[in-house]
Amino acid sequence: MTAVTDARTRIVLRAAQEIQDGMNVNLGIGMPTLLADHTAHKQNVMLQSENGLLGIGPYPKPGEADADLINAGKETVTAVPGASFFDSAESFAMIRGGHIDLAVLGGMEVSEQGDLANWMIPGKMVKGMGGAMDLVHGAKRVVVIMEHCTRNGDSRVKRTCTLPLTGARVVHRLITDLAVFDVTSAGGLVLVELQPGISLDQVTAATEARFTVADQVTQQSA
Amino acid sequence: MSQVKVKTSFAEAVADVADGSVLIVGGFGLSGCPEHSIAALRDLGVKDLVVVSNNCGVDDFGLGLLLKNRQIRKMVSSYVGENKLFEQQYLSGELEVEFTPQGTLAERMRAGGSGIPGFYTATGLGTPIAEGKEVREFDGREFLLERAITGDFALVKAWKGDAFGNLVYRKSARNFNPLAAMAGRVTIAEVEELVDVGELDPDEIHTPGIFVQRILAGGSYEKRIERLVEQAA
Repeated sequence: MTAVTDARTRIVLRAAQEIQDGMNVNLGIGMPTLLADHTAHKQNVMLQSENGLLGIGPYPKPGEADADLINAGKETVTAVPGASFFDSAESFAMIRGGHIDLAVLGGMEVSEQGDLANWMIPGKMVKGMGGAMDLVHGAKRVVVIMEHCTRNGDSRVKRTCTLPLTGARVVHRLITDLAVFDVTSAGGLVLVELQPGISLDQVTAATEARFTVADQVTQQSA
Repeated sequence: MSQVKVKTSFAEAVADVADGSVLIVGGFGLSGCPEHSIAALRDLGVKDLVVVSNNCGVDDFGLGLLLKNRQIRKMVSSYVGENKLFEQQYLSGELEVEFTPQGTLAERMRAGGSGIPGFYTATGLGTPIAEGKEVREFDGREFLLERAITGDFALVKAWKGDAFGNLVYRKSARNFNPLAAMAGRVTIAEVEELVDVGELDPDEIHTPGIFVQRILAGGSYEKRIERLVEQAA
């Protein structure tokens, strides 16, 4: 495994633990979609796809893909027993109306106030926000997952975001390949967990944002 | 007025779309996209279109055809990632884009078709899309005023439909289609199967025919898959 793949695997494995039995969960496109593989053993978890599906199933068997059944990342999927289809307005009624227990989104930058930027780099790259701006205000809990640093080694965990925001003060928890942070209700990052094999010094060196350290920092074994 | 709505060709169905028309187009990615109506618009060659649609197809299919042909002046969309032509035309300033969050876009269409001029949502607060918009507090929380959208025409794709314009969609290809149908002053529906009136169970109809002005069967559908992902064999 390359170092990058290793970092992403670590993030995904840790983030999957955020999904509890009985939750209705929206997984953002990209890395968050990979969490779906780790929900099979959970009870009654329904994955929502904001294009209009509650109850995403596994990818189709070879030859059984259906152009009319895709997830928010436009990948062919299946629907689990108990799934439902609906239009986009109803889908976002679920999201805005507070019916989604957990949203896991990818990030480009997160600030120490819990701001999230993940939809464009001015002049260089534009993807659009898709449903992310709705999700960060509508889901009961917002978890952002991202690699801690850019390829150049710059911290993505910022004092203030430099990129256009997806939402201000919306992140509840940030999971990176180095650590897990919670955003306090007053605004401010608290380091609550170190990823396996990572030291507090490593996190401090790699982090632009100011953060405090919880009284009891946990660390799972590798 | 329940008139005969069935058209015999896509050229006829889109003939009065004009330069500068505002089009609301259903579909999410290529799923549920009205591929035949779009192809007819490309052949018609109308320019300066304002297109309201969540995405803009891919470079050589769906709305991407109109983009490639430089027929679109402005897009109202939520997500355009993975569409190189779109990104190029936007970053070069050739194409005007009004980025609208996906849920806000859906609700703007629904409101437009429902006679509701605007609504408040927390979505977009503190971001570039809030610029110039009214912020109002309700119960101690701030919300943005978003305006409804209507279009001169709406292009939608359904699975089955009848001569009254009643529509049934299939699986997640429903997406924005019912909302687009509501928001068009003239809604053009293309269906895989045009069935006899009475054949659709009234309980199963997703879009009542009152929202549809023209309907026609598309014949063969390519239904291109943007990202084929399968389990390992």
